[in-house]
Amino acid sequence: MPSARTTGARAGARPPGAGSAARLELLEALLVASDPAQCAQRALGWLQRRAGVRRGVCLAAYAGDGPQLVPVASLGVEIDRIESFSVDLELRDHPLTRALLAAAPVMISPNGTRTAVTPLGRRDVQAIPLAPLHARDLPAGLLLVAPLTPVVAREARWLGRVLGPRLAALIAAARLEESEHRLQRERGLLSSIINTVTDPILLTDAEGRIIIANARAEALLATDDDQSEGRRRAVALNNMLFSAALSRHAMEGGEAPRHEVPLVDPVDGSDLLFELLSTLTSDARDGTGIVSILRNVTDLQRATAELEDNYRKLRQTEADARAERDRLDLVIDSVADPILVTDPGGNTVMMNAPAEHLFTSTDGTSEEVQRVVQANDAHFSSFVSNLFFEGETRRRSGRISLVDPATGAALPMEAISGKIVSGHGEVTALVTILHDRTEELERARLFEELKKASAELEAKVREATAELVRQNELLRRSHIALEQASALKSQFLANMSHEFRTPLNAILGYTSMLLKGVSGDLSSHQRRNMERIDSNSQHLLSIINDILDISRIEAGKMPLTVADFPMSELIREVLAEVEPLIARSKLTVTARVGRAQPPLRSDRQKVKQIVINLLTNALKFTPEGWVTVTAAHDTATDRVAVAVTDSGIGISPKDQAVIFEDFRQADDSPTRQYTGAGLGLAICRRLATMLEGELTVRSALGEGATFILTLPRSPKDDR
Amino acid sequence: MMVQGPPTLVLLVDDYPDNRDIYVQFLTYSGLRVEEAENGHQALDKAFSLRPDVIVMDLSLPGLDGWEAIRRLKQDPRTRDIPVIALTGHALAGHSKGAFDAGCDAFITKPCLPERLLDEICAIVTARPRSGGPTP
Repeated sequence: MPSARTTGARAGARPPGAGSAARLELLEALLVASDPAQCAQRALGWLQRRAGVRRGVCLAAYAGDGPQLVPVASLGVEIDRIESFSVDLELRDHPLTRALLAAAPVMISPNGTRTAVTPLGRRDVQAIPLAPLHARDLPAGLLLVAPLTPVVAREARWLGRVLGPRLAALIAAARLEESEHRLQRERGLLSSIINTVTDPILLTDAEGRIIIANARAEALLATDDDQSEGRRRAVALNNMLFSAALSRHAMEGGEAPRHEVPLVDPVDGSDLLFELLSTLTSDARDGTGIVSILRNVTDLQRATAELEDNYRKLRQTEADARAERDRLDLVIDSVADPILVTDPGGNTVMMNAPAEHLFTSTDGTSEEVQRVVQANDAHFSSFVSNLFFEGETRRRSGRISLVDPATGAALPMEAISGKIVSGHGEVTALVTILHDRTEELERARLFEELKKASAELEAKVREATAELVRQNELLRRSHIALEQASALKSQFLANMSHEFRTPLNAILGYTSMLLKGVSGDLSSHQRRNMERIDSNSQHLLSIINDILDISRIEAGKMPLTVADFPMSELIREVLAEVEPLIARSKLTVTARVGRAQPPLRSDRQKVKQIVINLLTNALKFTPEGWVTVTAAHDTATDRVAVAVTDSGIGISPKDQAVIFEDFRQADDSPTRQYTGAGLGLAICRRLATMLEGELTVRSALGEGATFILTLPRSPKDDR
Repeated sequence: MMVQGPPTLVLLVDDYPDNRDIYVQFLTYSGLRVEEAENGHQALDKAFSLRPDVIVMDLSLPGLDGWEAIRRLKQDPRTRDIPVIALTGHALAGHSKGAFDAGCDAFITKPCLPERLLDEICAIVTARPRSGGPTP
């Protein structure tokens, strides 16, 4: 808005001059004025100097949406009255509007009006219209002056005619400049707005030539000569792709308003993806154009891909977690012990099959089962809640008595609970494993029983051992007693033998002397009787000797004297000793001894005693016929066998078993035919055993007998 | 027994009178001189005083027994060289061994017929002739 300034410096310096010269001067000043305010101010200054006007205001008419009168210069008026003053030209009744439309000088008198109608206050004002630039136009403004003198009126009217067109032209010029300036500013603003949009925006004509493009669009689609070959090619490619997209869009019309356009970033050569939004614009003057907005969806695509990737990963993780969970379920279900996971609220989050068996019941189950399940649950809850209350305890084991819902059997359980604590130290869950202690208790019971039984057994063993010791002691004592008895028996027998011998010695001695005629000759009758005494005494002596032998063998007091001797020699000796008996018997006695026999190593005396005994027995029990003595060495067994065979009465199988017993003969009757104590074979068998040999018999009643003495060629200790 | 010189003196020691009697009768009948003793002390006394040609000693004697008597006789220079024939009714091996240990020169187990004793005396006296040798 032009504002009025009081510039009275030059006005005061010029005295009033001649009329035509002064008017010329003013015209020149008006012509060189560059703006309406300067022009109007010079005019008022001139009027003050020329006509002595003291006060005045120049109002310019501004056209537009709200045409109004606005002060552009003033003289002798308070500035505050000017600045806020304007008149709306739509108000036709305003005195100034009427003055303007009158197109002739009008006297405006404020009398009768309540407010000031002019900036000059409550005094009469001459309003002089300022001539328009073109005759048909409204006046360019009003010149308000006071006081009105004839000079003033004349000069003011002239001034109105010359100032008006000039002012109007200046105002028009100012308005044009202003509107151009505004247009420029708005265009700059618009340009910066579209340049700040990161999406490329273009306006193209019908032929696809770019009319307007923002910075981003230029970067993609425009090129300079000084840019590199690569960039120019990229831009050329982009233009081609963009044109193709535009034409495709034009052909398909509104059916597919969105098209994806792949472009290349000329700077780094990366692939970019845009979505093309095109709108047709119709302009009467410029024809049809197309506004295109390219929305960069490269990132969107990348984001979509990433999102899909993340979703896929999420699905995978979820699947993994499910698999893990399934595996975990399988593991905990495969555990025979019940496992439960409880949250801090006491709710069971998870349980395996054995736990379900104890703590859940289905709808169809009996009341009894449900009652048991509830009782189990109550016991378990109590245990678990105790642990939750114990702040620091991470682990706890305890015993719970549960009942098997299926069987009603008591289940003494060992419960082991552990808290699962999050990274923040917050208890998230409680895992409890229940272990059936029935077997453990049973084992403990069995172990106790075993211990008891073991202790009992031990006591019994101790008792038995003590008894054994006692028995052993008794046995030892009785053994000692027996040994003593045996020794006493042997001693008794030895003593008895001695006591027998002493009188027997006398009997044999006297008999012998009598038979030898020491006391004179005997009659044949006496001699026969004396011989009977002698033979009976001899028999008694042999019995005593036999008894002594047996007692010595049994007492282990029969010493062995081992030596080498030829068997043939021993048999010859025996035959020689028994010769009187053989001669008396009238039997045929033969001896057969194998040649080149190895010598026998044994107790010669004892072997001889046995053979003599066998031979005398054979002679005794063979009424007629023969007796044979043979000796043979069996190289296979390295044993020597001496056999005495007779053609005598023989021994029945029954009697063969008893003939080796003490004091036994085959004929045991008191009236037996054969004499003898019956100790001979018993002694022989004992002696054979002592010599590591054996004595056997082969016989049948009435068919003779064969007694065989078998001896090792040498005793075991010597071999 | 047809040897010249004074008859052989036999000291017969036995506590059983009948046995003494048999041997005295038979040895005297056979031409020997016989002195008797019925216990160990008597035997020692007679042996020292009579210096017999041979002593027949029963081992089971009352008081001083036969083994001890033989030991003393064999320790005494007066009787050391007189042969001693031990007699016993005990047939056990220990008896003969004890007798030989004591120093006897021969050992006979009872029952012993008188002629057997005579044979034994003749054999031992002939083997160890005193001055002049044994004579019946």
